[in-house]
Amino acid sequence: MAHLQEAAVKQITEICDRYKNEETPLMMILSDIQKEYGYIPLEVQELVSEKTGISVAEIYGVVTFYSFFSLKPKGKNVVGCCLGTACYVKGAQQVIDKFSEILGIKPGETSEDGMFTLDALRCIGACGIAPAVQINGTVYPKMSVDQVKPLIEKYKNGGAA
Amino acid sequence: MSELIRSFEELEAKQAVCTKCLNDKFTGSDGKRHVVLCGGTGCLSSHSAEIRHKFMDVIKAEGLDDKVTVNQVGCFGFCSQGPFVKIFPEDTLYKMVKLEDVEEIVEKDLKNNEIVERLLYVDPRTQEKVTKQDDIEFYKKQIRIALHGCGAIDPENIDEALGAEAFKGLAIALKKDRKEVIQEVLDSGLRGRGGAGFPTGRKWSFVPDTDGPKYLVCNGDEGDPGAFMDRSILEGNPFAVIEGMMIGGYAIGAQNGYFYVRAEYPIAVKRLNLAIKAMEEVGLLGDNILGTDFCFRVHIRLGAGAFVCGEETALLNSIEGKRGMPRPRPPFPAVKGLWGCPTCVNNVETLANVPYIMREGAAKFASIGTEKSKGTKVFALGGKINNVGLVEVPMGTTLKELIYDIGGGIPNGKEFKAIQTGGPSGGCLTAKNLDTPIDYDNLIAAGSMMGSGGAIVMDEDNCMVDVAKFYMEFIFDESCGKCSPCRIGTKRMLEILTRITEGKGQMEDLEALQVLANNVKTNSLCGLGQTAPNPILSTMASFMDEYVAHIRDKKCPAHVCKNLMTYVIDKDKCFGCQMCAKGCPADAIHHIEPEYVAPGKKLPAMCIDANKCVKCGACIATCKFGAISKQ
Repeated sequence: MAHLQEAAVKQITEICDRYKNEETPLMMILSDIQKEYGYIPLEVQELVSEKTGISVAEIYGVVTFYSFFSLKPKGKNVVGCCLGTACYVKGAQQVIDKFSEILGIKPGETSEDGMFTLDALRCIGACGIAPAVQINGTVYPKMSVDQVKPLIEKYKNGGAA
Repeated sequence: MSELIRSFEELEAKQAVCTKCLNDKFTGSDGKRHVVLCGGTGCLSSHSAEIRHKFMDVIKAEGLDDKVTVNQVGCFGFCSQGPFVKIFPEDTLYKMVKLEDVEEIVEKDLKNNEIVERLLYVDPRTQEKVTKQDDIEFYKKQIRIALHGCGAIDPENIDEALGAEAFKGLAIALKKDRKEVIQEVLDSGLRGRGGAGFPTGRKWSFVPDTDGPKYLVCNGDEGDPGAFMDRSILEGNPFAVIEGMMIGGYAIGAQNGYFYVRAEYPIAVKRLNLAIKAMEEVGLLGDNILGTDFCFRVHIRLGAGAFVCGEETALLNSIEGKRGMPRPRPPFPAVKGLWGCPTCVNNVETLANVPYIMREGAAKFASIGTEKSKGTKVFALGGKINNVGLVEVPMGTTLKELIYDIGGGIPNGKEFKAIQTGGPSGGCLTAKNLDTPIDYDNLIAAGSMMGSGGAIVMDEDNCMVDVAKFYMEFIFDESCGKCSPCRIGTKRMLEILTRITEGKGQMEDLEALQVLANNVKTNSLCGLGQTAPNPILSTMASFMDEYVAHIRDKKCPAHVCKNLMTYVIDKDKCFGCQMCAKGCPADAIHHIEPEYVAPGKKLPAMCIDANKCVKCGACIATCKFGAISKQ
């Protein structure tokens, strides 16, 4: 097993133990790890396999199937642009294009300095306030192209107000 | 520790106390005034939680805290006008309230009983100010059955739910035989609200009458883009959905219920968790509920961002910790479902209707709606419509009533073009369908489907080929890859649509698209693939002229497809101020050569170099004179 720090091993073991009475705990374990670390690299999958007895192949299959699970670390700020229908017909594509242009990354990518990840989101159910953008969990309603730059600046300078 | 509710009598006593409490609040007979704020996702993102805390602070500072209470409720439904603040007992509704409005509301309304006129809703037709929610046109044609309690009770407070008829339906069901409960739901005519419209009572009756573990699963994986009714129900009254699940669980003989909710809905998950905990504390979940031998436990499982998990067999795989791929049927889940045991999967809105049916009786429920579609349907109205929000209307309401009376028509005087129902599995309905009464069968006959209830309105500025491409991108991305018609077919259809929107399409593409669409429809394994071609087929049926314009004339009539449109400056309207040129990221805007000054203007007019233009649209936004247009 490669280079997992002792603290990480301890915490992941703790997460696996949390669900040891569940019949099929894999999704819950992976959700918790994703939430805690922001990604689920192969070393972690190997550890989960060891703790649960589920094969690494199966775990890898599940991690790569669901879009919430990531093999690579995400940026410090995760920008999610909703591209659900209601947002799309109100110009969400232009909004995400603007983020893409300013950050210099495509949807799904993380900037080199690790500051930003840009994601295209499926409907977040905020259709009443379309187009919506979600940054680190905070929803910004009725976004326009002009608001993109100031919003990025805000997060560059230390996060949400 | 809350008091245990161990019998029907104790439940009735508790309900009576809570009902009085809630009524006192609405009528003001407790001598207090009550401020309630919308706590749905939409309003929370417009800072309704901060506004609520500020109300508490200001009220405290003014020494009014023994005379005024503040709490949150579920979604009011009228999301585009949020955040809402409502004041009882007067029932005054303030819209689009901001943090800085709090002091004024406290000073004027709470201290001096004076309405803050500028925060009232203004009827766009009559220009009159409306004080009460029920007098707003948006609410007039609505009936709230599935949304019962949403916008009225605090979804994090079991006492308020108990005051609003919660668990009355459960008590009635538990006094009946299981078969009678199923019969009642059959008689009500309730059909699955997740989209397909299968009769709920029949689904329950398929679960075999055996001992051993059985499960009732609530499908809260509301993946259709543009649909948020299940989220709002779970956020607004989680108790009603749990109650519906318990009634279903009792009817099929299940001991455990599972909620499968999208991870994108954190507030819904939090409130469900709180509701389950509160019910466990008073003994409404667990062993021997209300002193009967009915034992039931509820668990939550989160999705992880896969649309296909809304398909019931894929959902079961996901709960089992596997890749969320559909299973071939038969065996149906009713026979072999979760962990190989008999399982019934019902949608959130379906379950939210069940307590009403038990409480009020099948006949009353069946008296609402059309011949084959009973009750109401919740729609998420979105897109190019004035009143964006969540509405619940009787089945049989026409599209015209939905769009114009409730939805308030199309903004900015634009022309209605289409309404898309059923999400990526549905289709577009046009002006010729406006008088169609909405029910399951009529929508299918018109080339769309009910789906979960997303209803996205499009106007003349939306390109229907682009919309079809949008859905195909979605489906292509979300196809799980298990069966080849869906995996390969959606990719090929997307390629053809992309070609057409880029101006590289051939007329033969249209036929190929049609053949391919029909193949994918008939040969895919699950509902996702079988319905995937619908957006293409329905837009081709209604908007063939747009497809042809893209291919033959290389023009996008709605000026959406970038390769098929240009930005043009009207040289006679241009004042030569150069604002557009300064904002152009591609340096594509220069003086016309040779210079041209329009009659009555002082500076030479500008023009756009089509070869340099990146079609970002920045110029059109900066021009103050309306001289720039899309062609």
